[in-house]
Amino acid sequence: MLMRDKHSDGKRWLDRPENVNRIIYVLFGACAVFVLLDLVLPRHSTFFFEAWPGFYAWFGFFGCVVLVVAAKLMRRALMRPEDYYD
Amino acid sequence: MIEGMTPAAIFFAGAVLIPFLRDWPRKIVLLGIPMLGLAHLLALNPMDAGAIEFLDYRLVTVRIDALSLIFAGIFHIAAFILALYSLHVRDTMQHVAMLVTAGAAIGAALAGDLITLFVFWELTAIASVFLIWARRTERSYAAGMRYLLIQMASGLLLLFGAILLARETGSVEFTQMQLGSVATWAIFLGFGIKCAFPLLHNWLQDAYPEATVTGTVVLGSFTTKLAIYALARGFAGESLLIPIGALMTAFPIFYAVIENDLRRVLAYSLNNQLGFMVVGVGLGTDMAINGAVAHAVNNILFKGLLFMSMGAVLLRTGTAKGSELGGLYKSMPWTTGFCLVGAASISAFPLFAGFVSKGMILAAAAEQGHWFVWLVLLFASAGVFHHSGIKIPYFAFFAHDSGIRCREAPVNMLAAMGLVAGLCILIGVYPDALYRMLPHAVSYVPYTVDHVVTQIQLLLFSALAFTLLMRTGVYPPELRSTNLDLDWLYRRFVPRGAALVERWSDALFAIVGHAGDMMMRRVLHLVFHLHGPQGVLARTSPIGVALLWVAVLLVAALFLYYL
Repeated sequence: MLMRDKHSDGKRWLDRPENVNRIIYVLFGACAVFVLLDLVLPRHSTFFFEAWPGFYAWFGFFGCVVLVVAAKLMRRALMRPEDYYD
Repeated sequence: MIEGMTPAAIFFAGAVLIPFLRDWPRKIVLLGIPMLGLAHLLALNPMDAGAIEFLDYRLVTVRIDALSLIFAGIFHIAAFILALYSLHVRDTMQHVAMLVTAGAAIGAALAGDLITLFVFWELTAIASVFLIWARRTERSYAAGMRYLLIQMASGLLLLFGAILLARETGSVEFTQMQLGSVATWAIFLGFGIKCAFPLLHNWLQDAYPEATVTGTVVLGSFTTKLAIYALARGFAGESLLIPIGALMTAFPIFYAVIENDLRRVLAYSLNNQLGFMVVGVGLGTDMAINGAVAHAVNNILFKGLLFMSMGAVLLRTGTAKGSELGGLYKSMPWTTGFCLVGAASISAFPLFAGFVSKGMILAAAAEQGHWFVWLVLLFASAGVFHHSGIKIPYFAFFAHDSGIRCREAPVNMLAAMGLVAGLCILIGVYPDALYRMLPHAVSYVPYTVDHVVTQIQLLLFSALAFTLLMRTGVYPPELRSTNLDLDWLYRRFVPRGAALVERWSDALFAIVGHAGDMMMRRVLHLVFHLHGPQGVLARTSPIGVALLWVAVLLVAALFLYYL
């Protein structure tokens, strides 16, 4: 099933590290814009903590950091070789 | 068409027909059955139909109302998409199992009483296990067996509860229930197993990734969503479901981060999505029920789409493991695109399906002041984006180039994925198409400045976290591994425990046996002593001695007589 394909082996746009960096800079920019929007737009919130500046931003960011770090620590206890049950 | 007949019958008839057909006729039947079923469903009158009197109980095989109609409807649409996705497959067993599973799920969604529900409930389990066994490996056989046992247990609990309930109330009607009696708890637990409640969840992650390429998509479409329907019908507003659902959204995502098999990542992610729906059912308000139902419909679409894209990868490369894949966008650009639509939908990006349904559940939780549950759901939303939205497409199609070059997925698979991707965007852009079919009138407005801006913030900063963790090397690499989950209990602990008990009992038997041996020796020795040669009871004695004894006895008798 695996085969060499003439068309797909040329250098792609994403193969160049500087292009990957460009995407990341766009992400940084978008993050900044949307946090600033938070300060400008009038927002309605149900809970008081929702009204804190950039609540969703830092909740999303630290939520994911905690998620990944905790999951990584879980590996120490839970990870077994692939053929563990075989 | 017979008036009042369940559309499930059309699927079963198709399943009977399939083994006799090859090539084009089979393809036409596979695609035609779901369309015929849907046409029949929509022609049915919104009332109880197909009622049967059975042993003093009234069984209703077809109940049409808003709740059953939307589930039966989406099951038909899913069946059509799955037929399209599996058109290239040359395996009668899989086609038959697919049609029976779909038919049984539709029959169950339309069931008006618990006995009919039970019959179809068990049938979904029995039919769908063949989609796991169809992989025809020892591993899939064992996984299928575990799956079947657990699913049967769910059905038996339902039957047990239904019988008790019938004795208590004299009716087997499937309607709103209250937790409190043994009967309702048994039914609740039966639903809970199929819905993959925490601690009852592990059959899902264990079995789904072991099924065939198309089988996993079929499994992921019907079983668990049927359980959501059953909870919404039987236990709407049961507050116990709120913490259960919140827990379900949160804990599987940790596993999803470290799991290597991308189809298993999706199985954990499915568990997380079910959690949102369970919370919605538990909240029980009109908006919450609408949210749960809408999310179930969307989940069938976008989760199906993700499973389909990973199925295509598995078909073309022979593996779905993150550690082996990467750079596939070069070989499979269409599949990559469809996967990204699925990823955006499940992550609830504005203009994609998840955005218009998940928001409803969060809004319903906020409305009732459940601030902690709301925070858990928000955390889970960020987590969904992290493992389903980023991890799945990133490790399969981007990341480092694995050097794998393969063909694009077969055209029928691309057509199925394209169709679902279109539906995901349609619902995201024009949510009224979905909202109109929900059980309650919808007052919720998804596209407000607040919702759009906050959701984009959440997603952007989750992506930022992923990027920074990746760049700094903190992000755990994809490793060939097995992660221990609850299935360890019955796959390792119990068998090993049993082996240990066996060894101990062997030792115990040895001791007991030895003691018994000694005792037997003593008994034998005594018997030998009494009966053996020269034994007291084995001596031969002359007749005279016997006469003497008779005389003695006579004297004794006479003596006693004269006394």
